[in-house]
Amino acid sequence: MSMTAYQWRRYTIRTAIYVALILLTVVFLTPVYLVVVTSLKDPAAINLATAWNTPETPYWQSFSEVLDAFGPRLQNSFALVIGATMLSSLLGSLNGYVFAKWRIPGERYLFPLMLFGMFIPYQAILIPLFDFMRSVNLYGGVIGLILIHTVYGLPITTLIFRNFYVDIPDEMLEAAAIDGADFFGIYQHVVFPLSIPGFVVVVIWQFTQIWNEFLFGVTMTNTDSQPITVGLAQLAGGEAVKWNLPMAGAIVAALPPLLVYIVLGRYFIRGLLAGSVKG
Amino acid sequence: MKKRLLIIGVLVMTLSLIGIVRAQDLSGQLEIFSWWSGDEGPALEALIALYNSQNPNVEVINATVTGGSGVNAKAVLKTRMLGGTPPDTFQVHAGQELTGTWVVAGRMQDLSGLYAEQGWNEAFPPDLIDLLTVDGAIYSVPVNIHRSNVLWYNPAKVEEWGVSVPATWDEFLAACPTLQAAGVTPLVVGEAWTVNHLWESIALGILGADGWNGIWTGETLANSPEMVAVWNRFSEILACSNVGADSAGLSWQQAVDKVLAGEAAFNIMGDWAAGYMSTTLGLEPGVGFGFAPAPDTAGSFMWLSDSFGLPVGAPNPDNTIAWLSLLGSVEGQNAFNPLKGSIPARTDAVAAAPDLYNAYLQSAAEDWAGNRLVGSLAHGVAANERFMGDFNTVMEVFIASGSAEAAASAMSAVCITSGACAGA
Amino acid sequence: MRNNRDRYIAFVMLLPSLILVGIFVYGFIGQAIQTSMTDWGQNPAQPPLAATVIKSFVGLQNYENIMTDTLEFYFRNALVNTFFFTVLFVLGCVAAGMILALLLDQKVVGEGFFRTIFLFPMALSFVVTGTIWRWMLQPGGGVNILPQVLFGLPPIEFSWINSRDVWLPFEWGNVPAYLTMAGIAILAFLAVRYASARRWRASRYAVLAAVIVLLVFAARLWDFVWLPLDTPEAETPIAPKGFNAALVGIIIAAVWQMSGYTMAMFIAGIRGVPEELREAARVDGCSELDVYRRIVLPQLNPIILSAMIILGHISLKIFDLVFAMAGPDNAKAVVPGLLVYTEGFRENAFAKASAIAVIMLFFVTLIIVPYLWSQLRESRSRGR
Repeated sequence: MSMTAYQWRRYTIRTAIYVALILLTVVFLTPVYLVVVTSLKDPAAINLATAWNTPETPYWQSFSEVLDAFGPRLQNSFALVIGATMLSSLLGSLNGYVFAKWRIPGERYLFPLMLFGMFIPYQAILIPLFDFMRSVNLYGGVIGLILIHTVYGLPITTLIFRNFYVDIPDEMLEAAAIDGADFFGIYQHVVFPLSIPGFVVVVIWQFTQIWNEFLFGVTMTNTDSQPITVGLAQLAGGEAVKWNLPMAGAIVAALPPLLVYIVLGRYFIRGLLAGSVKG
Repeated sequence: MKKRLLIIGVLVMTLSLIGIVRAQDLSGQLEIFSWWSGDEGPALEALIALYNSQNPNVEVINATVTGGSGVNAKAVLKTRMLGGTPPDTFQVHAGQELTGTWVVAGRMQDLSGLYAEQGWNEAFPPDLIDLLTVDGAIYSVPVNIHRSNVLWYNPAKVEEWGVSVPATWDEFLAACPTLQAAGVTPLVVGEAWTVNHLWESIALGILGADGWNGIWTGETLANSPEMVAVWNRFSEILACSNVGADSAGLSWQQAVDKVLAGEAAFNIMGDWAAGYMSTTLGLEPGVGFGFAPAPDTAGSFMWLSDSFGLPVGAPNPDNTIAWLSLLGSVEGQNAFNPLKGSIPARTDAVAAAPDLYNAYLQSAAEDWAGNRLVGSLAHGVAANERFMGDFNTVMEVFIASGSAEAAASAMSAVCITSGACAGA
Repeated sequence: MRNNRDRYIAFVMLLPSLILVGIFVYGFIGQAIQTSMTDWGQNPAQPPLAATVIKSFVGLQNYENIMTDTLEFYFRNALVNTFFFTVLFVLGCVAAGMILALLLDQKVVGEGFFRTIFLFPMALSFVVTGTIWRWMLQPGGGVNILPQVLFGLPPIEFSWINSRDVWLPFEWGNVPAYLTMAGIAILAFLAVRYASARRWRASRYAVLAAVIVLLVFAARLWDFVWLPLDTPEAETPIAPKGFNAALVGIIIAAVWQMSGYTMAMFIAGIRGVPEELREAARVDGCSELDVYRRIVLPQLNPIILSAMIILGHISLKIFDLVFAMAGPDNAKAVVPGLLVYTEGFRENAFAKASAIAVIMLFFVTLIIVPYLWSQLRESRSRGR
């Protein structure tokens, strides 16, 4: 059976699409290859000309050194991320519910004013923030950092939840209200059960944002409360850079958010449009 | 006026504390703030171990913040000091980085009582103490000394190319065509700050120790003919270097590597390069690598020093005083410096344990005790932080325009805005 | 239905968040603006780090300095860099994201796998990305020797992060003229568009605005108006403006990291186009290409605009990535976010740093406020 011209054309296009995708995959993964290879090399064996070669024998010691160097910072990051993500998601959910379904005085202005907070350059508020944190005795600890990330996370979480809740038909809320549900009752029985995908999206977003954050992490902490990104900067920042350590550190620091993405990636895509303000 | 009184009050208190402290066991915490980790970590840890053995009840918090040569650490320190939650003690380059930033801001406590008690006024060179002193009060304890004006080379290669190690820039410029003809970079520099580092050695060579010091006291004007001559000479020397080729991408270690590999003939770098070559690369000083004072600067020792002080409002001043006493002692300096690859700030420490120091460090210690001492610009001794930052602008003006006059007048403007050249 | 008591509760539940955002965003911004109008760090007689610094009000002096002082060319370089960085970064991400999204829309086997691969850099910190790409772009290693390693070709000589080349050079003094021309062009475009939509009043306003822009420019030429763009003529030989080649490496790293984000947005947008619409077009005889051109892409326009604005504001604020890749002292790769850090925390020029931060904020505001306004108006007009 011979192929028709149409089938040939289709076949060629399909092949071209797969070739393009595979090439792009290689391009996207090239840095990963270099990172992994470098992290597994003996520092003495690292030099520019042989950067792409695989190590003769894997040098796992880099990873144990990195874990030593990170020490309690991994714990700090987890405590920080879990605390701030939970708080900002819950508050954001509540705020989103109010903004989506309740008429609030000045709402027209309050909502955009709140959203604006997620776009500001944080350098602009660093010194006043520092003064404030100190005056309320929260400077330097994980708790203070949780507060900071919760507050600056509120605009985005509020937005995502509001956009989720806007799509819930008002009739469902009316029905619950007629059944006697009040503000919290509606939230508990109608809104919250429908917002699981919203929570997944928000949690993924907040988790990666807070895990990856550096500026607050480095300026608002004492040594015992630093997060992981600061640990990585320590590894990569010394004068005599041995590239195996920063590379191993980059892998360790990147792993938790990467795992979250790989496992829950489809929620990210499903909810992504909500993250770009679109009502 | 009130501040003066406060300082005197603190002084009296400190003095009386020192008496009491000796008699009792210390407890509580000691937070030491620095940007020493990685290669530099073990030296600090050795000191901390020593401190712990003397003061077993003190919990030492080793607070390091690295990244970008202390930039992050300094940012964190600033927010903490501004907010009034200083660490117990922190690493600071002796000189203007200490006095021009923290002492003028009234953030440091006077240590002259401790100096008198420990006999440090005789142990440290007077030129060094001068740069830690404001209005008769001394504000930090130097733990180590690095030398900035050192020329590094590979003895075997230099012999092979048939050039001699230049004692003057004229000799260097004369050898330059020979080396270039052999396909060798005569002088290798690296990223931005190493160019500033080279500049200060050249300026010292042309101005001499007095002329160099004069920049900071207002006697050598930044737009004077002598300074224009410095920039012109700098320009001639850069023409024999890799600036404009691959310099900006090289770390100082990579620049040193090029010298060792025979791709470049000479490099001017601080003597942490000796630590890199002898400790990290395992080369023997004088054999695997050669060293000499930067051209035209024999007899002058351009130094920089890490020191620790006692900030106002430090939560555990007694523990800090004990820490500073250890830092200034022969024992402390000899515990730290062989690991750090630097020499003790005390002139008597090397003689107490010469076996700890390699050939390079012994020769540096000899020069430290006998040479004229001048402060480094690139490493925070000679000028305040504002000037140092703005000097990058001056250097960019020079590199972009190629004009010695433009650079000199830019430097003059920077002198005024930073207030660094009027004499402290 | 929902009664007043519940509305009251709703407001009370919102209040803590409003107060927190009010303080942490607007209160602190107010303090930053206030600081930017003082001489904190500019007055040698007042040590900037003292416990009590006497900060005098100097009005807009700091802004005038960074815009006009010959030695403050770093800031102006940073502005020019931001412009080129933003344009290339945004276009790069939109183009790459579009290609990826269209490829993945072809019902390919393993779509989830490919999507995960293209999206994973989004999960990384800029610090991680910067560290990785600094190693990738090392002169004499990494990408530069790849042609050699793979095919035995000569290595690339380009210095990705440290090049001092300046492409498309222009004079800083001409910037007002360029801005005027760009402004008039945009307004003229709008005027024509409104006119063709028979919105005469809007069209007349656009023409009027164009005339005002032209008049301001003319008035400036004859020194009637001072604009903060008048800089000394000494500028050009010292610091030629233009596209600094040192940005290329950073742009590549940024596009690598963020193009998955645009891809995901576009895929979501494409999936949002009802299949019946596409099917109807096919029935009408449209080829697959036409379906994209006439049906899918027009529907994507608002999403492309959203993506451009989100990415644009990220590039205005970019800091960690440049810091991790080029370090704080790379004169050719300087950006405003980095300058705030070095001017403030290294040189203790806090007022100047605040002024730069406020200008960053101004640009962010300039693109974000109209965006927010239009987005929210749109969603309001759709009713709910």
